[in-house]
Amino acid sequence: MAKFNLNINGEEKTVDVDPNTPLLWVLRDHLHLVGTKYGCGIAQCGACTVHFNGAAVRSCQLPISSLEGSKIKTIEGLSENGDHPVQQAWLDIDVPQCGYCQAGQIMSASALLESNPNPTDEEIENAMNGNICRCGTYSRIKAAIKAASKSQIA
Amino acid sequence: MTKKSTTVNRRSFIKSVGIAGGGLLIGFNWLACKRSEEVAVGETALEMPDEWFELNGYLKIGDNGVVTIYSPNPEIGQNVKTSMPMMVAEELDVDWNNVIVEQAPLNTELYSRQLAGGSQSIRQGWEPLRRAGATARYMLLEAAAKQLEVPVEELSVEDGIISHSGSDKKISYGEIAKAAAEIEIPEEEQVILKSKNDFKIIGSSRKNVDAKKIVTGQPLFGLDTYKEGMLTAMIVHPPKFGMEFKSMDADKIKEMPGIKDVFTIDTYPEGLQKQWSDVSAFSKLVVVLGESTWQVMQAKKALKVEWDLNPELTKKIEILEKSAGMGEVSGLESSAIHTSLMADVGSKKAETIRKDGDPETAFKKATRIIERSYTCPFLAHNCMEPMNFFANVTEDKAELLGPIQTPEYAEKTIQSRLGLDLENIDIQMTRMGGGFGRRLYGNFLVEAAVISQKAGAPVKLVYSREDDMTDGVYRPAYHVTYRAALDANNKITAFHVNAGGIKESPLFANRFPAGAIENYLAESWTLDSNISIGAFRAPRSNFIAGAEQSFLDELAEETGQDPIQFRLDLLKKAKESPVGENNDYDATRFAGVLEMVRDKSGWGRQDQNSNRGISAYYCHNSYVAQILDLRVQNNEPIIDKVVCAVDCGIVVNPDAAKNMVEGGTIDGIGHALYSKISFEDGMPQQSNYDTYRLIRHKEAPKSIEVYFIENGIDPTGLGEPPFPPVIGALANALYKATGKRFYDQPYIARLQGELKT
Repeated sequence: MAKFNLNINGEEKTVDVDPNTPLLWVLRDHLHLVGTKYGCGIAQCGACTVHFNGAAVRSCQLPISSLEGSKIKTIEGLSENGDHPVQQAWLDIDVPQCGYCQAGQIMSASALLESNPNPTDEEIENAMNGNICRCGTYSRIKAAIKAASKSQIA
Repeated sequence: MTKKSTTVNRRSFIKSVGIAGGGLLIGFNWLACKRSEEVAVGETALEMPDEWFELNGYLKIGDNGVVTIYSPNPEIGQNVKTSMPMMVAEELDVDWNNVIVEQAPLNTELYSRQLAGGSQSIRQGWEPLRRAGATARYMLLEAAAKQLEVPVEELSVEDGIISHSGSDKKISYGEIAKAAAEIEIPEEEQVILKSKNDFKIIGSSRKNVDAKKIVTGQPLFGLDTYKEGMLTAMIVHPPKFGMEFKSMDADKIKEMPGIKDVFTIDTYPEGLQKQWSDVSAFSKLVVVLGESTWQVMQAKKALKVEWDLNPELTKKIEILEKSAGMGEVSGLESSAIHTSLMADVGSKKAETIRKDGDPETAFKKATRIIERSYTCPFLAHNCMEPMNFFANVTEDKAELLGPIQTPEYAEKTIQSRLGLDLENIDIQMTRMGGGFGRRLYGNFLVEAAVISQKAGAPVKLVYSREDDMTDGVYRPAYHVTYRAALDANNKITAFHVNAGGIKESPLFANRFPAGAIENYLAESWTLDSNISIGAFRAPRSNFIAGAEQSFLDELAEETGQDPIQFRLDLLKKAKESPVGENNDYDATRFAGVLEMVRDKSGWGRQDQNSNRGISAYYCHNSYVAQILDLRVQNNEPIIDKVVCAVDCGIVVNPDAAKNMVEGGTIDGIGHALYSKISFEDGMPQQSNYDTYRLIRHKEAPKSIEVYFIENGIDPTGLGEPPFPPVIGALANALYKATGKRFYDQPYIARLQGELKT
């Protein structure tokens, strides 16, 4: 066990855990930020996606010891009132079915638009390919990313 | 604290809407202050009332007019938590933006069929849910008539405001709710439901009531449960089907950081009265209990467990393998053996389930016989939220919270397993990160309860993805052989289906094309196995639809007919002079979706670069036809478009229904193309998404169009019906693209194995 200082959603947090503990489980078990989901534990499904210094990463693969000095953003911190353009587009298009994978999808989508505000269909598919949705909401996810892109550019 | 008032005569209401049982609202105290579960359906947060008045088990009205509607059925992503309350709100005549939706707990006194399965929630809720709203509306109007001193016939309601036609007198639901709660519950015949033409909420799209919580990452799912003093438990089950626990060395493990205990449990001891929903290949489990998930995962990895062959399960396999005369008798099954066994058994005469006319003679006289066999592998459900449950079991009480599709059955198992009275078992349902049939089988709930009892602590049981994927309860492996007899004029004179599986048959003997062919024979068989199986989105149909629709496509081609017209001609026969008496489909509605998809897709006018497949199927009371366009590039299919025509009667929530059809279409394509669970010596060969392939963004159709038949018929479900037929459309389009027929799922194997040049 060791103490680690983290910057999560703009707040300083200290946790006392095994250095190998993945960020995913620190978020969920220790900080009770449960929006970041466990799906596979091997970076294959994308349910645990967070922003690490602005980039979309799989938090199940990030040991807590590697995070000192970096900025982490989770779904809970994506916007203050849940009105980030990507979240708003998700609501407008009524994307979710079961909803479990959607936080990860939204984090991947918002990181994509941050670096590429007007992505092509192919760029969207490539950026989102690591996020599985078993309900099959892929069409709506793509539509929502396009809508968010338009609203951000406008 | 908010007060809640009820009156004593609720019992008669419950009877009047045909809900099972009687009883007062005893189980409902927990709702009174449960603010955190409340969801305003509109964009703005609602002001909470000072006092609530419960008019029946489905709704309560606040003194400020805010209405809470309880959604009785489990929410697994089929969106019933929105559409079922819409049906109550419609008859209640309230402003949807003034509604809060709450998930009701299991309460068999108040609700019937609190189950997510068979695409039945909407269909079976249609009458009782509307009646609940209409009955409350009746009481509100009666109370208003008394208070305003006018005849009730002169009152009307709009958005929760009652108006008098002969004056400017008005009163809101909030103002009259207290008096309404004192009104005697009306008899069923006194309450008249709305004409379908007057619907304002039903038939107009309303957004998912949990959407805001979902997109902001609020706790909603079972896995999100964190309670004071709670420990995390994980299980270790045998690595192979047919094995059981022998011994372990846990002393050092117990000393690992955060680990509280390591022990074994027997979830379903011999002699326990089980429900149909109690399915598990692994009753005896090792449990690792600790403070946090990561610590328990590490301990689990370090734990050494020895396993033995389970003599009971291996005995059954001996019989199975001897009958086919194959392989070593080990009791540990392999997919290669399954495949050859199924082909062998499937080529023999089996139990006759239906016979029309004289198929034997027709086949003897045939000019030509077309015979094709189709297979599919086992599948894991792969709910994105792995199995989990919270349990707090004390000496006299069990509190259970989590994702379960069958709480009513789970409660009975807990009653016998823990020896508790039913009234001391509280099961609450969380939103579920997918169901697809897996959470019909509540072994994880029972395991959580047994662990909590043994540990004497509140416990959240968590399955890792690997635990989840290798735990069984799989979609069965199936095999079907179709034969058609043709005369010299290419007319079909007989049809024969021989279907079976491990360890369930996919046959629906009374389904199309039964009823459309004079000489018809349906046979069925099963093979035993120690691999556990369960319902998977559109059980049996999820295989047989694709097979049947591929075979019909091939028949149409072999007889030189347009595949849509070929099906329509068969349906015309089934409608005008049906063969047999128990045909389970309506030929007119079936033809309706085919004609609609033909017209909407511009059948016959397609782009030369695309390859089209058609399919149509009836299951779970709804009709779906799909046309799929694809190209193949580098041995990967690129699906440009799927057009869907759907007849599920009245569409309660159109945009959400469209979402469901899009999702079912993608899910069906994905599983048929990519997914499988296979076995070597009893061990599943896929245990996570690096080896088990689910469809991803790039592979999804570029566009999906959904059209609904408008016929005003009472609504039926949509969770399952779009899934099965698209598999046939896919196979038929793949044939057009490659010149090869696809008989064995997952199709990607043939596409990439045989077409590499």
